[in-house]
Amino acid sequence: MRFSIYRYDPDKDARPRMQDYELKLEATDRMLLDALVRLKAQDDSLSFRRSCREGVCGSDAMNINGKNGLACITKIADLPDKVTLRPLPGLPVVRDLIVDMTQFFNQYHSIKPYLINHDAPPERERLQLPAEREELNGLYECILCACCSTSCPSFWWNPDKYVGPAGLLQAYRFIADTRDQATSERLDNLDDPYRLFRCHTIMNCTDACPKNLNPAQAIGKIKEMLVRRAV
Amino acid sequence: MALQTRKFDAIVVGAGGSGLRAALELARAGLRVAVLSKVFPTRSHTVAAQGGIAAPLGNSSEDHWHWHMYDTVKGSDYLGDQDAIEYMCRRATEVVIELEHMGMPFDRLDNGKIYQRPFGGHTQDYGSPKMAMRACAAADRTGHAMLHTLYQQNVKSSTQFFVEWMALDLIRDAEGAVLGVVALEMETGEPMILQAKATILATGGSGRMFQSSTNAFINTGDGLGMAARAGIPLEDMEFYQFHPTGVYGAGILITEGVRGEGGYLLNKDGERFMERYAPNAKDLASRDVVSRAMATEIKEGRGCGPERDHVLLKLDHLGPEVINLRLPGIREIAIKFANADPIKDPIPVVPTVHYQMGGIPANRLGQVVAPRNGDMEAVVPGLYAVGECACVSVHGANRLGTNSLLDLLVFGKAGGEQAIADIRAGAASHKDLPKDAADRPLARLAKLDSTSGGERVSEVGNDLRKSMQMHCGVFRFPELLVEGVDKVGEIAARAERISIDDKSKVFNTARIEALELYNLIEAATATAVSAEARKESRGAQARADFPERDDKNWMKHTLWYKEGNRLEYKPVHLKPMSVDTFEPKVRTY
Repeated sequence: MRFSIYRYDPDKDARPRMQDYELKLEATDRMLLDALVRLKAQDDSLSFRRSCREGVCGSDAMNINGKNGLACITKIADLPDKVTLRPLPGLPVVRDLIVDMTQFFNQYHSIKPYLINHDAPPERERLQLPAEREELNGLYECILCACCSTSCPSFWWNPDKYVGPAGLLQAYRFIADTRDQATSERLDNLDDPYRLFRCHTIMNCTDACPKNLNPAQAIGKIKEMLVRRAV
Repeated sequence: MALQTRKFDAIVVGAGGSGLRAALELARAGLRVAVLSKVFPTRSHTVAAQGGIAAPLGNSSEDHWHWHMYDTVKGSDYLGDQDAIEYMCRRATEVVIELEHMGMPFDRLDNGKIYQRPFGGHTQDYGSPKMAMRACAAADRTGHAMLHTLYQQNVKSSTQFFVEWMALDLIRDAEGAVLGVVALEMETGEPMILQAKATILATGGSGRMFQSSTNAFINTGDGLGMAARAGIPLEDMEFYQFHPTGVYGAGILITEGVRGEGGYLLNKDGERFMERYAPNAKDLASRDVVSRAMATEIKEGRGCGPERDHVLLKLDHLGPEVINLRLPGIREIAIKFANADPIKDPIPVVPTVHYQMGGIPANRLGQVVAPRNGDMEAVVPGLYAVGECACVSVHGANRLGTNSLLDLLVFGKAGGEQAIADIRAGAASHKDLPKDAADRPLARLAKLDSTSGGERVSEVGNDLRKSMQMHCGVFRFPELLVEGVDKVGEIAARAERISIDDKSKVFNTARIEALELYNLIEAATATAVSAEARKESRGAQARADFPERDDKNWMKHTLWYKEGNRLEYKPVHLKPMSVDTFEPKVRTY
């Protein structure tokens, strides 16, 4: 199997370059990450993040043949013989496939990603009906891998001003939670030409999500709530 | 070399469930707390926990903390400390309800209360055949939901994070007090001293010492290595849990919640073989029992597949609705990693290394304890350990499913509370750092920078993992154990000669992997040496030559010391805090 991988070490490289690698596949190489780990055994300077290797921690997001995805759940069998790997687009590169995710997390933090409920907590759990809880499905599962936000042209242009699909999905996760009391404050926080309305429904986010979540739909629901509130 | 030093009231090393819970307690108390993590907090391995968190809420079946305590003591094969177990079970409801109040998206019952499912070894009425529904679940993503909820609460409380920092060593003064850590910022390659009145280790397990493991790459026992190098012993490291259901060939966890929801295991004859090994609990017997049964089926030729080397986990009879609602994550995993859609096909599974029952000796308040002047449990001032890296010991020789997430919350909170009390009772200023505070870790870094042409980190690591897998398996054999100790010793010697080609300062993951290997070696040595020495079978330690539990000689905790590679033992706490002792008896399910 052949690879072309984006390499950049600011400690010694003047500019980024693409480096070719070849790997003889073994039976145990199932996922792209397996191949990357074996390439790193040959060349220990090849740098990428990884942890859970099962698609739940969100560490190994990268651009795989032009599409964002997680290396650990991308099957080698589904890839062509030549694979091109680049860091997630739009974020500053720290080194090789490792990007600086500060802007991404700043936007996540900006939506107040925590339950807000001003009542004194009851002695037991707050009640929530199964149907109400189901409203959170497709939202709470986000792993903050940034595949969506870094596939979004609006986020590329304005990562400091536009919340981006991941942050907006989480904003809606709290709006949709019957235990949360800050809906109107949350909508105020997003009612802005940039923070929410830079979304032009391009839908790259939903296409890129490795967990099959639908940020575009959540964004649509927030927009709808703002429109309804205005009339 | 003078390092930059930053001072905090408390530092927490590790940002998984227990670290974040401890940090939250400290941040809410208004103390200056810094959390160090090798990965962004939500990437910590708590994220991969699936099935649930134990609490006797009684939402779905009658339940009581004392029943939970009984199950945990029995599950531990009577090696767990009964005072700590009582403490954990009595605080379970409190910490789980708090988690719900923080926003945890638990599944719900029709009456709006938290959904609870059965899990292995959790019973009603002190081991009656009726299972208790005690596992509070968010589908099969309970750990993910919990970790994110805890991170979110820390964001709310403005906890200060040092993301992608690796702690290298503890700083201890002449009196033995811990004054902080030396840590490395991964992005810049710069080491720094973080000084604190309280240092809380929450670094998780060391499951990466085995070849086939459910653990993430980051689970390299960093806290264990730091403790061992600082002269603190490691407790009960021979007890490593094999989870019955790791995906065959890939090692990815398939939650016991599958069996809690009604799934069961089959051998090649289509026989539900657990009926023979555990007539009452069947597939919901304790993990050590089920893993041994599976290994026996495979050993005796009743495994599945062309190599007869795995068994099948059947759940299609639950129907697509239950699978999609309660077990969507494992469906995703089975399709991706086993090419099996569990709605139609069984999942091929094998017992897979999962959880470290042992660790840094700690009491139920999270304080690290080590023998000193005849006191087997003298508190190490300034040092705390919580979560999987700690051995409290609530899990003894075998942990029950869902008690791990509970352990994280109870002892994360308790450790935070104790650190707050100690900080407030202690001196206003930080103690002076010893002159040689950073010498040891800096020497290690310098050696990695200056050495070339040595052993490769990946090769030494792979050999370690293969040896541990071969010599410390589900069943343990005397010759293999003795050989295993030798092999790990040889590998440790090779690890002294490793070198890395990558000498860059910037985000040098080769350097990180080398530093992780040093820590893994300490943990693996402790495991191999402790396992060889314990001449009995108890919980996760199943010896072919000593097949029975031996309470007369071995009802005691192992302590392994790096210095001299020697062992000591200390008594089990048989006396609970307020109730009667559960006397050891023959363990059947």
